[in-house]
Amino acid sequence: MSLAWILLLPFAGGLAAWIAGRWSDLWARWIALGTALLHLLLLLVTWGVFFTRVAPAPGGWLMASKQPWIPQLGISFHLAVDGISLLMLLLASFLTVLAVLTSWTSITRSVGFYHFNLLLILTALSGVFIAFDLFLFFAFWEISLLPLYFLIGIWGYENRVYATTKFFIITQGSGLLMLVAILGLVVVHWQSTGVLTFDYLDLVGTVMSDTKAFWLMLGFFIAFAVKLPVVPFHTWLPDAHTQAPTAGSVALAGLVLKIGAYGMLRFVVPMFPQAVADFTLTAMILAVVGILYGALLALGQTDLKRMVAYTSISHMGFVLLGIFAGNELALQGAVIIMLSHGFSAAALFIMVGDLQHRTHTRELGRFGGLWAVMPRMGGVGLFFAMASLGLPGLASFVGEFLVLLGAFQVNMPLTVLASVGLVAATVYSLWMMQKVYYGANTGDWQVDDTSGREMTVMASLIGATLWLGLYPQPVLTTSGHALAEMKKFAAEARATAARPEGTGSAASGAVAATSPVGGERP
Amino acid sequence: MLELLWLIPAFPLAGFVALTLVGSRLSRPEVAYVGAGSVGLSAVVTLLVGLSFMAAPPAGGSFVQTLWVWVDVAGFRPAFAFHLDALSLTMIFVVTFVGFLIHLYSVEYMMEEEEGYSRFFAYMNLFVCAMLTLLLADNLMLLLLGWEGVGLCSYLLIGFFYKDEANSQAASKAFIVTRVGDTAMLMALFLLFAELGTLDIQALLERAGQQFQPGSGMATAVALLLLGGAVGKSAQLPLQTWLPDAMAGPTPVSALIHAATMVTAGVYLIARTHVLFTLAPAVLTLVAVIGTLTLLMAGFAALVQSDIKRVLAYSTISQIGYMFLALGVGAWSAALFHFMIHAFFKALLFLGAGAVIMSLHHEQDMYRMGGLRRQMPFTFWCFLIGSGALAAVPVVTAGFYSKDLIIWNAYNSEIGGVWLWAGALAGALLTSVYTFRMVFLTFYREATEWVRHLMPIHEPGPCVRIPLGVLAVLSVAAGVIELPHTMGSLTLFSGFLNTALPEYHGVHASYGTELLFELLAAAASLGGIWLVWTLVMASPGSMERIAAQPWARGLERLWFSGWGFDALYDALFVKPWLWCAKVNKDDFIDFFYRAVAFITETLHFVASMTQTGAVRWYATGIAVGAVVTVGLVIIL
Repeated sequence: MSLAWILLLPFAGGLAAWIAGRWSDLWARWIALGTALLHLLLLLVTWGVFFTRVAPAPGGWLMASKQPWIPQLGISFHLAVDGISLLMLLLASFLTVLAVLTSWTSITRSVGFYHFNLLLILTALSGVFIAFDLFLFFAFWEISLLPLYFLIGIWGYENRVYATTKFFIITQGSGLLMLVAILGLVVVHWQSTGVLTFDYLDLVGTVMSDTKAFWLMLGFFIAFAVKLPVVPFHTWLPDAHTQAPTAGSVALAGLVLKIGAYGMLRFVVPMFPQAVADFTLTAMILAVVGILYGALLALGQTDLKRMVAYTSISHMGFVLLGIFAGNELALQGAVIIMLSHGFSAAALFIMVGDLQHRTHTRELGRFGGLWAVMPRMGGVGLFFAMASLGLPGLASFVGEFLVLLGAFQVNMPLTVLASVGLVAATVYSLWMMQKVYYGANTGDWQVDDTSGREMTVMASLIGATLWLGLYPQPVLTTSGHALAEMKKFAAEARATAARPEGTGSAASGAVAATSPVGGERP
Repeated sequence: MLELLWLIPAFPLAGFVALTLVGSRLSRPEVAYVGAGSVGLSAVVTLLVGLSFMAAPPAGGSFVQTLWVWVDVAGFRPAFAFHLDALSLTMIFVVTFVGFLIHLYSVEYMMEEEEGYSRFFAYMNLFVCAMLTLLLADNLMLLLLGWEGVGLCSYLLIGFFYKDEANSQAASKAFIVTRVGDTAMLMALFLLFAELGTLDIQALLERAGQQFQPGSGMATAVALLLLGGAVGKSAQLPLQTWLPDAMAGPTPVSALIHAATMVTAGVYLIARTHVLFTLAPAVLTLVAVIGTLTLLMAGFAALVQSDIKRVLAYSTISQIGYMFLALGVGAWSAALFHFMIHAFFKALLFLGAGAVIMSLHHEQDMYRMGGLRRQMPFTFWCFLIGSGALAAVPVVTAGFYSKDLIIWNAYNSEIGGVWLWAGALAGALLTSVYTFRMVFLTFYREATEWVRHLMPIHEPGPCVRIPLGVLAVLSVAAGVIELPHTMGSLTLFSGFLNTALPEYHGVHASYGTELLFELLAAAASLGGIWLVWTLVMASPGSMERIAAQPWARGLERLWFSGWGFDALYDALFVKPWLWCAKVNKDDFIDFFYRAVAFITETLHFVASMTQTGAVRWYATGIAVGAVVTVGLVIIL
């Protein structure tokens, strides 16, 4: 079976929703919901298949399909799914379902086009997660910007144009850096082997000098760092988040940040092992700075949504720390945080959205004592405050524990500093609870507690967070194979680099051979 | 029977889940049945498991039950597994039984609250579940789950009356301060895994014994970091500041935190990882010193408090100090013995204080109480027994046996010495002074105006009285399971615990010395009571006269504030962090991006200003440009 359905299904569903929206808003909503649910269901089936055949497929590629696209330039429509792609796809699909549900009553303008954009984000991100051709990857990467630009710019809040423009310019700028790096990599590969190709599996073993490797690595790194985001490239995030409609925030925090992390894992680490090894200390310092600086900024905010946005920066610091610590524990931890943060950030943004829908404000100073009127929402807030401060038994604890456990073996002082971030996270999480739910109801709010639809959304996120916190092994198994595979790439590339220049062609061929693309299901 | 082990934490968890999901739809009696019943069932199972454990001890003195593997990555393989041995059995026995009595008490106590009845029991159940997980955990990662879970529940319960912002601030403080300690503990875990390659407690202790040299830097670092976690949870110096503020919660919560759960977690952690501490003698000495300093510091602070619950809070800090002292001098089972007896009498005291507070319409100021002896005789007698045990009144109370053992060991052990002993003895004197100051102020004297206004004052109902009665009996009778050499030398308790903990050997151990030291301890206890009787009862007003002295006033203020630690931490950590957060609210890094945007925009305006549409300007521009270009070409 071709993998194209992963892309075609949401795209077609999005078009259908757009067209249906001309006649009926409700139709558009149901079509979008159905599409996203179907997408999720099919992915779950795929995951089930993964478990039945993971043992006999040492290559690790769960499925792959490759069609020539622009053969003159060595560009092909190469799609593949391995464990990490699959987990990211599942996250994207799951959060899209929730994004549709959470917009059910709050979005009333151009409903059809809105849902087209939501599903286009799913399409583009799915593409990012399964593209194994760098040109294709870049195309999806850029496409993913457009629907977000519209989401924020059309359905956002008061300062939306500023926010969306800033978001677009900064991420677009970083995308250009990546384009340069991709072209540079292709040219380097072409010069050393005479083969012009954009294929990931060919490029991953490219032999190059340390200087070239470093600059190319830096290009990729900055592009991904902007998305992640890594301090000091983070300033687009709070504005974009604050101004985005709830579903936009969900997509941003749950998914867009993850493509940054995914890119680091998929491209930076295996392609430039030596440069990454040299760059480890810098990246880990940036990570720790992000953890602490994000937490500090979060505490200073008076706008609830902005505060949640800054906590993302802090959490993503742990992901960066894990990726660059590089051992299996830390990498696995980073993958878990990517998922857990997807759940908890989505939940918190949805919560803020629900609160704003009721009270028409996001000012922390105007909230207070909401537990008395909405205890269910308070319970949800409490749960995710705990999730975000890393309470054991919930998802982010597993991730952060593994990251820190792994990083500790690489760099002890930085890990100690990063752990201070856990205390800082406690401070801002409890601060949020205190400001919003505890204390006297000074604003004299008389609002309804969560509706059934809202509670369904939250319950699914709570369930996912608990499951990942108490029994993460299926996820760890899924990503474990993919990580081992990447590790192998990196090791082989390093071994090739040790050999004199000129034998690279044979070596890169060997890499491709040891990782058969023949994992396709009949 | 041992296979039922998993049910012990599962019952309270089920209670929590049930109350969270449907609690708001249940009537109060139904909530009470679920809430107290779940812990009661847990206590029954504990009894069954305990009996079968003692009847037929499993091979190696421990039983392990693995439920499922939590994480399996790169050789790191912690599981949801429970480990039952003499140490954890003793602890869970106390937690479930005292916990159940507190739950029973709460059924009546919380009845007068308008809302939150089911929320209260849900949190309490989760609390017990977390504590049981902590105690039964087979590996340190699972222990951490219970450890942090306990922290969460203390946060939820301290801030139970959430409408008052001060309460939720006290709750946050408790969580954050203990989390500071937890971070140190986290480091210990990382270090242990990096060095020994496992977090399973038994395997870890075994490997540590083989790989770490006694007194080596690594053993010292690990023990020190673990100690950091222990002082946080057990409210010892320097992380003791959260406990006095934890009084903000309902009184049964205080009983649960102080007696059965939470604060004893640190004691348990040190006992559980005793091998690591034995390998680091310097840290072990530090434990003893911290214990002694804390017991003295908290004893002084308790002397001047006016809130009855605050006196009890400081007394907890002080009594845990005794346990730390015992751990520090290697008297493991003495620490655990005092933990158990302390759980009985401290729960009794808190519940008794709760009964008083309830009867006086939430009055907690002891100076506004008085003369309650006649109004509430049952509560009075129970409270008196608890106070006697706390002050270690010789022979008749259980507290005497447990505390005396520690005081004697502080002198008699290899690590101990005269200084530790003197500190412990002074602490005993302080304890009996502040305890009976509290008793006399509350129950003796003339009834104050407030009390007369509320008369007639009723004794509480059966759900409150049963726990008080049971705990009072235990506070008297439980001491006889461990008697000193001078009084028959019965070692049921330590004999049982020695299957899990190393045996203790004294160095001096002369019969006469021991007797002398016991008499001194007894004298300290009785002397303290006599002293406070003369000051408060025999010549009323003499305390006020002392307090009016200028030196006394300064001291009182210092002690009242708990030695000023709050102000210190406020200035050192809280204020700077908040200041940074406030000042950098708009994120200075963003200025750079905004500056880029601003410059671009400015250039755009400057450039567009030249586009005037006036031909004369364009012609001038072209001419000037041509001249400048030609000029440049000529000059260069």
